[in-house]
Amino acid sequence: MASDDNPILEVRGLKVGIEGASILKGIDLIIPKGEIHAIMGRNGSGKTTTANVIMGHPAYEIEEGEMFLDGESLDDMEPWERSREGVFLSFQYPQSIPGLQVGNFLRKSVSSVRGEEAARGSEFREKLTSAMEELDIPKSFLSRYVNDGFSGGEKKRFEILQLMLLQPRLAVLDETDSGLDIDGIRTVSKGINSVVRGTENGALIITHYSRILEHVNPDRVHIMIGGKIVASGGPSLANLLEDNGYDWLEEQVEKGVDFE
Amino acid sequence: MSGDSEAREAVGDYKAGWHDPENATIRFDFGLSEKVVRDISELKQEPEWMTEIRVKAYRHFVERPMPTWGNTEELMEIDFDKVCYFLRSSDQAGSSWDDVPDDIRNTFDRLGIPEAEQKWLSGVTAQYESETVYHSIREDLEKQGVIFLDMDSGLKEHEDIVKKYFGSVIPYSDNKFSALNTAVWSGGSFIYVPKGVHVEMPVQAYFRINAKNMGQFERTLIIADEGSSIHYVEGCTAPTYSTDSLHSAVVELLALPGAHIRYTTVQNWSNNVYNLVTKRGVAHENAKIEWVDGNIGSKLTMKYPAVILKGEGAHAEVISVAYAGNGQHQDAGAKVHHMASNTTSNILSKSISKDGGRGSYRGMAKIMPKAENCRLNIVCDALILDEESRQDTYPTMEVGNPTAHCEHEASVSKVGDEQLFYLMSRGHTEAEALGMIVNGFFEPFTRELPMEYAVELNKLMSLEMEGSIG
Ligand SMILES: Nc1ncnc2c1ncn2[C@@H]1O[C@H](COP(=O)(O)OP(=O)(O)OP(=O)(O)O)[C@@H](O)[C@H]1O
Ligand SMILES: [Mg+2]
Repeated sequence: MASDDNPILEVRGLKVGIEGASILKGIDLIIPKGEIHAIMGRNGSGKTTTANVIMGHPAYEIEEGEMFLDGESLDDMEPWERSREGVFLSFQYPQSIPGLQVGNFLRKSVSSVRGEEAARGSEFREKLTSAMEELDIPKSFLSRYVNDGFSGGEKKRFEILQLMLLQPRLAVLDETDSGLDIDGIRTVSKGINSVVRGTENGALIITHYSRILEHVNPDRVHIMIGGKIVASGGPSLANLLEDNGYDWLEEQVEKGVDFE
Repeated sequence: MSGDSEAREAVGDYKAGWHDPENATIRFDFGLSEKVVRDISELKQEPEWMTEIRVKAYRHFVERPMPTWGNTEELMEIDFDKVCYFLRSSDQAGSSWDDVPDDIRNTFDRLGIPEAEQKWLSGVTAQYESETVYHSIREDLEKQGVIFLDMDSGLKEHEDIVKKYFGSVIPYSDNKFSALNTAVWSGGSFIYVPKGVHVEMPVQAYFRINAKNMGQFERTLIIADEGSSIHYVEGCTAPTYSTDSLHSAVVELLALPGAHIRYTTVQNWSNNVYNLVTKRGVAHENAKIEWVDGNIGSKLTMKYPAVILKGEGAHAEVISVAYAGNGQHQDAGAKVHHMASNTTSNILSKSISKDGGRGSYRGMAKIMPKAENCRLNIVCDALILDEESRQDTYPTMEVGNPTAHCEHEASVSKVGDEQLFYLMSRGHTEAEALGMIVNGFFEPFTRELPMEYAVELNKLMSLEMEGSIG
């Protein structure tokens, strides 16, 4: 049930496997409304898996646990239903769809997610134009095919363009900063802040670098290792980790250090 | 009636599957014989030379074995004795829709033909069963000497031109079905564009089969004189029946020096129609022939639009898509024959199969020894939507001159789960996502179509995708 007290995202005891391999081994995560959280973690620790499972990727098997968006269970929802309810995923590796024009795709997506009205007329076009300007995406991209031949950074900017147009309640950004240049990171951070700060929305930023976190200043940082969140803390945890590395962090966790 | 609804179930969302009550003014008994052939010719009061060609063609048809390629099993299932070879449903071809019998006019209304005519076409013929029931051309084009008639009227009014070119590109002896068509042809279009005249907006022919077990054998001849241009568009549909119908057309194009012919087809026959068509054009010096060929419907299609590059500097373009759903086999492709130097051709084939459908690309590209500096580019892409479906390619290339520059690319792919997930995460259902991928795959073809056709094709494919996901 939607209520002001509900966190925008709540993940409880999530265990997930794929093709017989167990990947997430019990994730608990709460993102209150208006907050931005970050997840950092080793390669292969399960960050993308977490993001995919929140979005409802059909290939994963949920072994245990539950997920709630503003108090509403996501468990039985298809990916498109989650999207229409306000979940958005910025992909680590956005897929290209040859032959599908960007402009057409954006209009159709806005129409599916926010309703036909939102995709019609001059209001949509103005919004699109200003968002593209903000993200430094040339107009010519509208007639290109979705992610087809885009450079790494262009793909990431295009993910954020979609974020801005779809106006989700929960944005999950999977390594959106990887491959972006310095200006790109700044622009994207601005975008994320504007979608979340002072609203009832929330965001989960998956990243390997503290740079983007300096711009968005997350409320919480979680460290994932081996399919578990092993430590959580304030923004400074990201810097500690960057200075000392994962082996050090694991040692601290074993010693029972609390990073709060 | 129960047979019809069964068939309708089998083809799902086919939108053009209704049929009118049959009000034939003349209907031949089922089956084919020399007498049937002579009767058709007599009924049409044709000149003797045409009767002779028909009879020769008939004899050749009888002797000629079935093709040994394509789908030989399904070809063997055709029962030529259970086909109606001639059916007249209106005593005259009207030049106003008011002259067309009500039932038939309603059918073309439902198919949107009169509306399209007003919006974006230079001329229209509408064929219903064996003959043209409506025909019109814009006055300004007529004044410039453009001839746009149904083939029967073409023969009556311009016998000299027809005699000169009929069968010159595709002789009856070309293959079994060109023989059949030559023997019993009826309807089709006859077009002549005078020197230097450019027909800006497309002309359209629409072919509708209404009766059960019907055979439609239209014959089309387009002659674009020097430096002229025309875009011809054809569409076809039929009701869904549980018994088969046969459509076997012959289309001959002549592009004289510097002329440009574009021939666009969107074939959406119901899934009980055998579609066995021979299409070929001759391109003279610096002429250009383009086949834009879409095959969405039918039970079995065997069709390989061909261009003979006869004059120096001629260019051929064959862009085709095929969609094979449940119970369908699309055996399509292209043929180019480089006979002169500095000729170029591009072939792009896109094929999708789903629900056990079967798509085949069959191509033949030939470069003659005396043709210097020819360029040939072939790209065949296939997309398979599930495990039950099938795609094959049978490309043949004979390069007889070492200066030729030939490229051939072929790919077969499946729709990726990650692509689907990406689109679904943007609010699109699985069927919508699949539709977007499929329409994207066809886009290089779709963008060549007149806008109205492109929109229709996209809708059609989206509907097909909805049918598949339960
Ligand atoms: N289909 C699959 N079959 C088997 N293992 C898989 C499959 N998909 C993912 N995995 C494994 O799950 C683990 C977690 O992968 P995930 O992509 O979530 O990592 P990540 O934290 O996002 O890593 P990175 O920082 O490199 O992006 C990895 O070991 C990966 O190999
Ligand atoms: Mg990852």
